[in-house]
Amino acid sequence: MVKTQVSRRGFLQSSAGFTGGLMVGVALPLAGPAQAAGLVHTPNAWVHIADDNTITLISARAEMGQGVYTSMPMLIAEELNVDIQKVKVAFAPPGKVYGNALIFGLQLTGGSTSVREGYEKLRVAGAQVREMLVAAAAAQWKVDAATLKAENGKVLGAGGKVATYGQLAEAASKLPVPEKVALKDPSQFRIVGKRTTRLDTPSKVNGTAKFGMDTKLPGMLYASLEMSPVQGGTVKSFDAGKAKGMPGVVDVVQIPDGVAVVADTYWHAVKAREVLSVQWDEGANANLNTAAMFEATRAALASGKPIGVKKVGDADAALASAAKVIRGEYMTQMLSHSPMEPMNFTAHFQGDRIRLIGPTQWPDAVQGAVAKMLSLKPENVAVENTFLGGGFGRRIDFDYILQAAQISKAVNKPVKLIWTREDDMQHDFYRPMAVHQLAAAIGADGKPTALTWRLASQSVTGRVFGLPPEAPDGLMTEAAVPPYEVAAARHDFVKQDVGVRVGYWRAVSHNMNAFANETFIDELAAAAGRDPVAYRLSLLETQPRFANVLKLAAEKAGWGTPAPAGRSRGVALMEGYDTYMAQVAEVSMKDGAPVVHRVTVVADLGRMVNPDTVEAQIQSSVIFGLSAALWGEITLDKGRVQQFNFDSYRVMRNHEAPQIDITLVPSTEKPGGIGEPATALVAPAVGNAVFAATGKRARRTPFTAEHLAKA
Amino acid sequence: MPISLRINGKAVQVNSEPDTPLLWVIRDEVGLTGTKFGCGAKLCGACTVLLDGEPIRSCSTPLSRVAGRSVATVEGLSANNSHPLQKAWIQHDVPQCGYCQSGQLMSAAALLNANKNPSDAEIDEAMKGNICRCGTYVRVRAAIKTAAAEVRGGKA
Repeated sequence: MVKTQVSRRGFLQSSAGFTGGLMVGVALPLAGPAQAAGLVHTPNAWVHIADDNTITLISARAEMGQGVYTSMPMLIAEELNVDIQKVKVAFAPPGKVYGNALIFGLQLTGGSTSVREGYEKLRVAGAQVREMLVAAAAAQWKVDAATLKAENGKVLGAGGKVATYGQLAEAASKLPVPEKVALKDPSQFRIVGKRTTRLDTPSKVNGTAKFGMDTKLPGMLYASLEMSPVQGGTVKSFDAGKAKGMPGVVDVVQIPDGVAVVADTYWHAVKAREVLSVQWDEGANANLNTAAMFEATRAALASGKPIGVKKVGDADAALASAAKVIRGEYMTQMLSHSPMEPMNFTAHFQGDRIRLIGPTQWPDAVQGAVAKMLSLKPENVAVENTFLGGGFGRRIDFDYILQAAQISKAVNKPVKLIWTREDDMQHDFYRPMAVHQLAAAIGADGKPTALTWRLASQSVTGRVFGLPPEAPDGLMTEAAVPPYEVAAARHDFVKQDVGVRVGYWRAVSHNMNAFANETFIDELAAAAGRDPVAYRLSLLETQPRFANVLKLAAEKAGWGTPAPAGRSRGVALMEGYDTYMAQVAEVSMKDGAPVVHRVTVVADLGRMVNPDTVEAQIQSSVIFGLSAALWGEITLDKGRVQQFNFDSYRVMRNHEAPQIDITLVPSTEKPGGIGEPATALVAPAVGNAVFAATGKRARRTPFTAEHLAKA
Repeated sequence: MPISLRINGKAVQVNSEPDTPLLWVIRDEVGLTGTKFGCGAKLCGACTVLLDGEPIRSCSTPLSRVAGRSVATVEGLSANNSHPLQKAWIQHDVPQCGYCQSGQLMSAAALLNANKNPSDAEIDEAMKGNICRCGTYVRVRAAIKTAAAEVRGGKA
């Protein structure tokens, strides 16, 4: 174990490390050789410098594929003046200093916020430490700090004076953290904005990257948990004796969510779980089915209490007296997150404390919730984040972590709880279903003069944060108001709880709202007999960033030129997470359903940190969104989710992936988020291409032959 | 009764029951955790390893079937990332979350062992069993082509 010293009391207090002073060195989930020799100094919460000049930068956001393990350190390293390829990276423990200012100060990875929130904060953190190191050198050499410069991990002075950061770190750590620091002008950036090789890639191609699934503690047992086939069901009875007689079984434990078998190996636990014969009280949800849930949601559009989003003029009156009105109704389905790594966590209960290791998007909430549940002091609940084998919003929830903690406490041993794929798909927090009704009054020129817009869907934020039912919910109304010019508009929404538990799913409500808005505007263009791009542009005269990405996307996709034989194009446009984006999808039809050949994406997301990661996230989001648009659908019958694994829940595979052409608009605007928006936009782009191909309007996702046949 | 097999060229003896899926033997008994559990049903490819050079889904392969045979995992490509596929994966920055990538690499390794110049259709066929929810497919394809070129170049 690395010997460490923590030289800044404020850091310790803020980080509430479970292992006290040792936290700094030992909580680093790094693969490969020992992290550092000698003492480790922490000038501030973001930079650890060892005597041997090993520099470790902290990522306070979870790495779930989106690249924060590289982009967060890039921002610190830019001002610290160190070689980004030589630093080490560690995930932050729970601590207030690591909170996300864009999400109420919570230490939550989500909402495409990491770069947006960290863009200035992390550069300031790097600059602070740089100035402290310079000040330490100035004191040592008895010279004016202004005569020194910090470069590539060293402080340099007149007459060839040189000290490495490692040599200065101890003294620097004892200095006050400067409150005001000078940041580089972006024109001086050497790291930020440059294509940078990901720091986690080497460990992800030789099997050494540590995911939660790979956690191993001495004496660790494995658990498999049988949960109710109907959400909210409770255990009536089970056969513990038979399971206990199976090879390797250590114990059978009932917890609130079900019955866990604890065994010496995972396979023994799974095998014994098969003979538990759990009988369930299925509870209130035993009769849920998808069709009825959609009907209830649609009915709520008329019967529910609408909450206003935006109102300009009197759109309802304008519609009532209009000569021509166009109406559209859109339905979006429930979805599972299905990250490649099924839910899992390792817990080691030790009387007055507990150690938790695994993948989570929200470590401080885990700390608080487990402390409360087990009546422990929060500082005695250690949460150590591993790499996440995908998140997509699923790992904002931590049901599986509470379960692991309960099981470990029950058997008083370290336990790794591993869900099967079926557990994962059957016990997700699903993307809520949604129904939209839109109506527009159309003037003589074919343009809308008034618009009414209403959504009915279930509030995720009501469940996760206890948002009151009557309160506005910004995470239901993202991208609800489209950019198109219209004189009068009313946007409102109704919350309708259909009984299943719902969760934040990549791009959240942008998905449903962009699908409704961008399909509807396409319908208006068709009704006006106008080209879909030209029609949109005619309504964007005061929206230059929207108009620019739309024009560029049309140009890059060859809009207006004949598509390859048998193919048709569709377009869609949106702002989300401060990113302006347009997409053009090129599809053909096969057996009544679309095949997507090419997706052109133009994004204006302001300043970027790592353009290669930006492109990767767009590629990723397009594929993720296509799985949902083409096939993904969680359905219920008799309260049971009818999808179990990747055979009944189809996702896109390598041979089905389209060509993806990406153009990034050079911009000096503030950074926008890029982990999510492309996910939302690909469904309407493909749906509009289906219309171009068939004349059938795809008003319901997914675009399967079965649904399209009813269109 | 211990069962003998070779993993990454080394003889090993394991004590798991013969019906235990090879995946869990490799991960939990042998301690090589690069090979991943994704679906348990031959549907996602995260657990792909080579058995006598052929790609198999270790989650659904009982230990009894591999007795006396030779298994290769991602750790066997190289520890120092010197294998052409690992180099190409790094060059193209393929992984995102990375969880499926061991399986992607092993399917690609089987492909290149058999075919040093795969066409797009041949890549499709070899890689269709490996799901990536992060959608790294475009880069997987590009990296396979880069690695294949290096393998061919080395032979020339």
